[in-house]
Amino acid sequence: MTINGWLQIAFYFAILTALALPLGRFMARVFEGERTFLSPVLGPVERGFYRLAGVDETSEQNWLGYAVAMLVFNAAGFFLLYAILRCQDMLPLNPAGMAAMGPELAFNTAVSFVSNTNWQNYGGESTLSYFSQMVGLTTQNFVSAATGVALLLAIIRGFSRASAKTVGNFWVDMTRTVLYVLLPLSILVGLFLVWQGVPQNMGGYVDATTLEGAKQTLSQGPAASQIAIKQLGTNGGGFWNANSAVPYENPTPLSNFVQVLSILLIPAALCITFGRMVKDERQGWAIFAAMSVVFLGCLAVSYWAEGSGNPLLHALGLSGGSMEGKEVRFGIANSSLWSVATTAASNGSVNAMHDSLTPLGGMVAILLMQLSEVIFGGVGSGLYGMLLYVIVAVFVAGLMVGRTPEYLGKKIEAREVKFALLGILVLPLFILGFMSIATVAPFGVSSVQDAGPHGFSEIMYLYSSSVGNNGSAFGGFTGNTPWYNVTGGVSMLVGRYFMIIPVMAIAGALVAKKAAPASAGTFPTHGGLFVGLLVGVVLIVGGLTFFPALALGPIVEHLAMLAGQTF
Amino acid sequence: MLNHLRPALVLLGAFTLLTGVAYPFAMTGVAQVVFPAQANGSLVEKDGKVIGSSIMGQSFTSDRYFQSRPSATVGPDPADASKTVSVPYNAANSGGSNYGPTSKALIERVTADVEARKSQNPTQAVPMDLVTTSASGLDPHLSPEAALFQVERVAKARNLPIEQVKALVEQTVEQRTLGLLGEPRVNLLALNLALDKLGAR
Repeated sequence: MTINGWLQIAFYFAILTALALPLGRFMARVFEGERTFLSPVLGPVERGFYRLAGVDETSEQNWLGYAVAMLVFNAAGFFLLYAILRCQDMLPLNPAGMAAMGPELAFNTAVSFVSNTNWQNYGGESTLSYFSQMVGLTTQNFVSAATGVALLLAIIRGFSRASAKTVGNFWVDMTRTVLYVLLPLSILVGLFLVWQGVPQNMGGYVDATTLEGAKQTLSQGPAASQIAIKQLGTNGGGFWNANSAVPYENPTPLSNFVQVLSILLIPAALCITFGRMVKDERQGWAIFAAMSVVFLGCLAVSYWAEGSGNPLLHALGLSGGSMEGKEVRFGIANSSLWSVATTAASNGSVNAMHDSLTPLGGMVAILLMQLSEVIFGGVGSGLYGMLLYVIVAVFVAGLMVGRTPEYLGKKIEAREVKFALLGILVLPLFILGFMSIATVAPFGVSSVQDAGPHGFSEIMYLYSSSVGNNGSAFGGFTGNTPWYNVTGGVSMLVGRYFMIIPVMAIAGALVAKKAAPASAGTFPTHGGLFVGLLVGVVLIVGGLTFFPALALGPIVEHLAMLAGQTF
Repeated sequence: MLNHLRPALVLLGAFTLLTGVAYPFAMTGVAQVVFPAQANGSLVEKDGKVIGSSIMGQSFTSDRYFQSRPSATVGPDPADASKTVSVPYNAANSGGSNYGPTSKALIERVTADVEARKSQNPTQAVPMDLVTTSASGLDPHLSPEAALFQVERVAKARNLPIEQVKALVEQTVEQRTLGLLGEPRVNLLALNLALDKLGAR
């Protein structure tokens, strides 16, 4: 650990907070349908889309109609993407002559991008045509993120409206998110990345003859445009196999800073949007504070572990943190910061190989995914996941003082608490369930690269990442097998949609309730006490569920590493 | 259900055209005009031939050059396409070793590399990055320490004064951006091209 490393981290967090405020307020205006500085340009496009699609922007849906619209839209996206991947050899823009993708892998990939996970069981430069990357994947990068925001808006309206029936119009919320938020930010970030050196062309791969006379094939493509939205939409799927570690994908410390900032920017700003939309910005800041506490705590552990390095390497006369699986231009601090940001958000892009992190550095990444991605989390999905924990937190607080719990003027009753717990508990069920099968079955164990506790961690990482809709991997693990393609795909579906349905049901229940005026007995949900309670609930409910499994993997490996044991 | 079908299909089509076609093509158009060199991969030419990209690492193994970090990238085996073999700095298949911290294979590989490096320069401690593989397998940089570690060997192989080679490394070091972001580093392709020029003079 160095002073410069801490300064880089502090600078990052300061800029993140400073940008979250204006962006959060801007998004609140967009989602409320107010005019913004972009309206003169984008307003006609927005209205044109509605006219074509036969959408009446003034009519709204109840929670069920909203959820069905979302599911139909996502299903259509899945089938289109699956078809593109299966037929890419017959489609244009394929200068490297990539073959069609097989059925299991195409299923896994299509689910992965529609569910905003972006798990990749393939290498981009060796598998996909430019057509698949752009028309297939870039599109889903946008609309899967917009789907998350739309669902968040539905549950926010559950709190902000009283005695109502409808929670909004899915088509309108989704369209506005893409047009006014994701697209403008992607253009800015994308052009910045090109300036820093990220390729943006439609040309074929370039053959170079290196200084020593070897042949090197430099794969090209429309990369910057996809990388911008991959970060902003917490998608994370790399244009190249090694993701944002590849110099073409992330060439400089400055491109690294902008990308890691883009990962958390919208999820952080949505806290402010939430506060604005429920007419009390302090409520948004309280949630932002709770997320920040867990984020910074995890970051401190990770940076301490990575900075301390690997005693097995120190025994060979090397000093400092381990650089295995890390890039020189980023070093230890930026690799650690990125690994925490990308797993706190459900992003999943990497600038260092997580498989080669120290045991505790890897454990922080796994734990953040297992907390069901609510520490900033995915675009939209992080905050609606966090609101499930908020419901549990106010319920616990209510039990302690013997009063009916309230949040934002809505009474929280048995129905909401049950749905919240259902949404929270379905994730560990699938992570631990699939994991226990995979650790004993031959078709599960055969994919493991490293022996010993690290191999166990590799399997745990895969299911935590899939169910959490993260998409990063312990890359030594062979995910591209029928068993893992199918169970990984199912995990991604469950992690996304089995959480969405309870969230929408809660939105529907809340929106119909009367507003209960605050009284002297109302527990204030914008102060330090509530923040502490929320952090406690997240760590106890989310963390303790996985503690035994974490003890068998990363913690055992950490102790073995200190004792000088290899596997 | 059916009343959702039209908006679902139409909006999916509209967004595919907007974000999947118009957006990347428009970005390509702007990028090709404003930043043509970067947009086309920052290619470096020498005598009219492409010798690489200024931001992508390439393999240097000769004693006459500053050598690159080890790389874990693989490529198809020319003898049997279903298998892969080690192809360091394969820019068409990026990736790291993914060895875990307690992996026996990792410790054995690093032990062997440390021994080899020590025999080249017994006087200095071996720098960490010189014996570990990068995340992408395409790291274009070395730490300044890892470059300075090789000065003596390069100078000897080229019959140049040590001080001159050392000065060249120090000129090539890039500092942290704004004095804050990233780490100090040396771009190997830039350094080795400068080295060739030095010899030609």
